Amino acid sequence: MAKMTMVEAINMAHAWEMASDPSVVVLGEDVGTNGGVFRATVGLQQRFGKARVQDTPLAEGLIAGTAIGMAAQGLKPVAEIQFMGFIYPALDQIASHMARLRNRSRGRLTCPVVLRMPHGGGIHAPEHHSESLEALLCHHPGLRVVCPSSPARAYGLLLAAIRDPDPVIFLEPVRLYRFARQEVTDDGEALAIGCCFVLREGSDLTIVTWGAMTVDSLKAAEQLAVEGVSCEVIDAGTLAPLDFDTILDSVVKTGRLLIVHEAPRTCGLGAEIAATVGEQALYDLLSPIRRVAGYDTIMPLYRLEHDYIPGVARIVDAIRATIADQL
Amino acid sequence: MSEYRIVAHFDIAYRACLDADGTALGELPAWVADGELLRRMYRMMVRARTFDTKAVNLQRTGKLGTYPSCLGHEATHVGVGAAMHADDVLFTVYREVGTKFWRGVDMLDILLYWGGDERGTLYVRSPQDFPFCVPIGSQMPQAAGAALAIQIRDQRRCVVAFIGDGGTSQGAFYEAINFAGVKSLPLVCVIVNNRWAISVPVTAQTAAATLAQKAIAAGIAAVQVDGNDLIAVREVVGEAVERARSGAGPTVIEALTYRLSDHTTSDDATRYRSAGEVLAARQLEPIARTRHFLQARALWDEADEQALRAACSEEVEAAVRQYLATPKQSTDAMFDYLYAQLTPALHAQREEARRYAAPGH
Repeated sequence: MAKMTMVEAINMAHAWEMASDPSVVVLGEDVGTNGGVFRATVGLQQRFGKARVQDTPLAEGLIAGTAIGMAAQGLKPVAEIQFMGFIYPALDQIASHMARLRNRSRGRLTCPVVLRMPHGGGIHAPEHHSESLEALLCHHPGLRVVCPSSPARAYGLLLAAIRDPDPVIFLEPVRLYRFARQEVTDDGEALAIGCCFVLREGSDLTIVTWGAMTVDSLKAAEQLAVEGVSCEVIDAGTLAPLDFDTILDSVVKTGRLLIVHEAPRTCGLGAEIAATVGEQALYDLLSPIRRVAGYDTIMPLYRLEHDYIPGVARIVDAIRATIADQL
Repeated sequence: MSEYRIVAHFDIAYRACLDADGTALGELPAWVADGELLRRMYRMMVRARTFDTKAVNLQRTGKLGTYPSCLGHEATHVGVGAAMHADDVLFTVYREVGTKFWRGVDMLDILLYWGGDERGTLYVRSPQDFPFCVPIGSQMPQAAGAALAIQIRDQRRCVVAFIGDGGTSQGAFYEAINFAGVKSLPLVCVIVNNRWAISVPVTAQTAAATLAQKAIAAGIAAVQVDGNDLIAVREVVGEAVERARSGAGPTVIEALTYRLSDHTTSDDATRYRSAGEVLAARQLEPIARTRHFLQARALWDEADEQALRAACSEEVEAAVRQYLATPKQSTDAMFDYLYAQLTPALHAQREEARRYAAPGH
């Protein structure tokens, strides 16, 4: 077993699935010769050939649309969008076609596409390279939205995404690409899409988070454990459809809920989680639900990005406030 | 003193086989000797028009939703269908009734679709073809993707994709033909230039002298054809289809025709174009022209015409009866095709929809 970064694990999942399923084809800007700007697809073109690793012109709408046509012809395209901030030109293809093809053809044509993209900020990238736009995509029925938070989960969830018979948006937290090395077994074992991961068990408060914010949430939980506050940390893992069974079970156990995400607060996915928990577990709550989220501002250029991205201090304060509150 | 010199030079060729009366303009393609094929193509045009007339009437009497008439486009639509092979893949906009018919789509399918029922996209005889595409131009990248899949698998097939004159203003059109050029994809793009995108004339859509020349910038073959000339359309598209299937790359074809109808049944074209213009265009409409051509070659007579009209009317009436007798889908149909398997959260919503299901047809 080798210790590797998330980006290496993502590369390994591509290679496993391309070797075992000849219908898997990779496409995107710079994915071939260059191996992707983050090197997620490095070596794949050399190993599997130019037909199966296609460099495309610089047009995100084209990449998404091309993947749809390929999928309807029986291939399994894994397409890379270089940064999530560049997803907007592809939204017409994603929303009007990718998410709808199975439904509008009554199951005759399907769209087993994976659209991978870096998600979030924190790496001193230029303007438009640090966005967290998951809520835009989670709002579209017909899509699955997945966001891994460790190398092993990236490997297992990407395999699941490629094998999924429907379109999957695969969000890769840039801050975690090379954050930590972890042992990942290259055994082709997929993880289940649609399931949360309980990263830390606790009894006083539930934190629901995903992507890079899992790291800060775990740090905050650790810090408060010293003070005797026991936090359960849940990585949502799949953002659409959300695994509310796990979230509700945890909230019923702890009686308190804090949602942490990097995306702007208003109409963020945290609002949906808070609303559903309010609808289904209000009487189990000991204190009001809180959110720690990105501000409702434009993602700043990088000198302010760590003032924008919620950090451990904001999470710790929100935990303390929630524990202190009484309904 | 240095001077400019020409570094590239381009032409757009135009093809027509018949004049406005249906008289051959010169030597015709060899396949025109196949009289039965010509008769079949003509019958399909009349079938499309008979259906189209009825569909507009159904909308006017409240029995069909908004419907985009194909009046005047029959030669382009049928000519393209007749040039394709059964295993090719078709992407349309939303008006190509004649092409759909040629591919085996039933009248009932098209009535169901415009009558608000997704089952009208089932296409049992051409299951690889895409449904109508309403967001303008967005079918083009998908067509390029289907062509790329064919190329990756080294198959001898191609993709034929329609787009309108308005659609050529969309970025998706340029992105797709550019990609088709880069990869030499087996893609035939047919621009149906019917001169009007709702109320916007093609002169307000582009300053380019032709729409075909947009393909020059993509580095791919381009040709213009008389879209009301059934023989020329089938010939030009057929050549492009055979080139694409043999691996010789993509073509953009601009078919010049005219939208004799309103844009859809919700539109009133008298608000933006003159009766004189429409009357002049009507003189060039394709069905009479094709009939004259067939009659001159003794392939068609008045008895054939009477029999065809009666058969088409009967078929349309039967399809309408079947359409009107088709019960609406259950509310489950909203949920059951979202994913291969219903997600847990949707189970509850499907149940709720069942409880509140609206009565009626």
